[in-house]
Amino acid sequence: MFQFKRPRNELEVFLRQGTKKSPTVPDEMFTRCPNCGTTVLSDELSENQSVCEKCGYHFPLAPRARVQLLCDEGSFHELFANLATTNPIDFPDYRKKLRLARLKSAEKEAVLCGVGEIDRQTAALFVMDGNFMMGSMGSVVGEKITRLFEYAAEHRLPVIGFTVSGGARMQEGILSLMQMAKTSGAVRQHSDQGLLYITVLTNPTTGGVTASFAMQGDIILSEPGALIGFAGPRVIEQTTKEKLPQGFQKAEFLLKKGFVDAIVPRTRLKKVLSRLLSLHTEVNGNEGD
Amino acid sequence: MKAIENVYAARSKKRPTSSTYIRRLFSDFMELHGDRRFGDDTAVIGGIGRFQDIPVTVLAIEKGTDTKERIARNFGMAHPEGYRKALRLMKQAEKFHRPVICLVDTSGAYCGIGAEERGQGQAIAENISEMMGLKVPIISIIIGEGGSGGALGLAVANQVWMLERSVYSVISPEGCASILYKDAALADKAADDLHLTAQDLLELGVIEKIIPEESGQSVFRLLRKELAVTLPLLCQKSGVELAEERFQKFRNIGVYEER
Repeated sequence: MFQFKRPRNELEVFLRQGTKKSPTVPDEMFTRCPNCGTTVLSDELSENQSVCEKCGYHFPLAPRARVQLLCDEGSFHELFANLATTNPIDFPDYRKKLRLARLKSAEKEAVLCGVGEIDRQTAALFVMDGNFMMGSMGSVVGEKITRLFEYAAEHRLPVIGFTVSGGARMQEGILSLMQMAKTSGAVRQHSDQGLLYITVLTNPTTGGVTASFAMQGDIILSEPGALIGFAGPRVIEQTTKEKLPQGFQKAEFLLKKGFVDAIVPRTRLKKVLSRLLSLHTEVNGNEGD
Repeated sequence: MKAIENVYAARSKKRPTSSTYIRRLFSDFMELHGDRRFGDDTAVIGGIGRFQDIPVTVLAIEKGTDTKERIARNFGMAHPEGYRKALRLMKQAEKFHRPVICLVDTSGAYCGIGAEERGQGQAIAENISEMMGLKVPIISIIIGEGGSGGALGLAVANQVWMLERSVYSVISPEGCASILYKDAALADKAADDLHLTAQDLLELGVIEKIIPEESGQSVFRLLRKELAVTLPLLCQKSGVELAEERFQKFRNIGVYEER
């Protein structure tokens, strides 16, 4: 009986959570833009790469949808999908949260890794998933990203990484914090071989991910309006009791302060990444001479 | 003993702060100020001195000992310029082949408007990356609180040691309790759940050594003894070896299954 009852309750919880409309799961005909309030046909929104045509708001994008927008058709191959999360410090309710996250995101963990082609240029890719426990980084996220950089170093490939994260995952305690060091070490070894790493920061990128591989790209791009920071705005407001300035921690603010190279709308992203890759192929090609 | 008691002990105002350790462990210490970019962060003390006869670079987060100093030190919560000062002095240590000793005691990197404007995340990310590649020995000692990324920014070391009653965690138990249990009063439960004591971290393979605090011997004396053994051993290794060993140590942390 218990075995029957538990999943049913979980599903109920999941369904309640699922009432938030997400353009990546277009089970609804219309989607309301949370920025300008315009109601658009979900199909049209998908066609415009989940960007609001009226105000330019960038909706969250699931990793596989991102890969589909970015990679040449059929060129993407997933890597390290066999890595599975355990509950290393027996954190209460962690397994349940993982199950719900898997239901909600249809992914096994908060990052998708693989190799794909952008205008026939091969790149290693990682795409984080904000729908999976807020894109938080535990052992598996850290290990997958680390392995991707190692794979890319071995095959002399550039890495393009899309970040969205609430930071290190509390449920794995100190092990999550250590993933910041692990991934940073892997980024560094890849970089030491003269290989390119581009990060694309998407909304929101915070905490331990900002304080590690998100900020370690040779080139750091951001989608418009993305929130990017170390501490979240609510924590800062609570700590300092100050009112935060308009646009604080938004991509445009970081551009002004000198922490991102460029803000690129999603609809232009493939073109920009393709150009950046092509600007780096010659350098890599000459190295073998 | 409950984990939360360690948290309180680690935060206790009676606990010696970094400047006491600097005085008791090193001779000829000279403080060096500023990040050469923006300013001088008073929450981070950096300088050079001597451990026995070995010249060393010391980087320490200082909470302050009385109310006036605590305010001046921003309660040991560093700004980006603190991490950048530390990085400048680490690169200097590398130039002169000096080992680096870090003393960590912070509730976390400062959360504030200025800290964000000047790239708190970027500063910590850069420290982690540069420490990974540093060609001299690094030993980091958590003497009180090891608060998340703010601690890690000075703790990517060949060896990480913790004092017996110190704690090192991804988030404060209060923060964890208020986010996950929706009740900050459940901090004692969160402290247990987070596995943040020195013993926990030793068992998880995150740290190399626990320095006993209640053995009857002074902590400073024990630390001197441990440093006297470990530092010369690390100094014999080449820079490349040190960086590679440091990377491998962190490379192997993480628990997962391959299916």
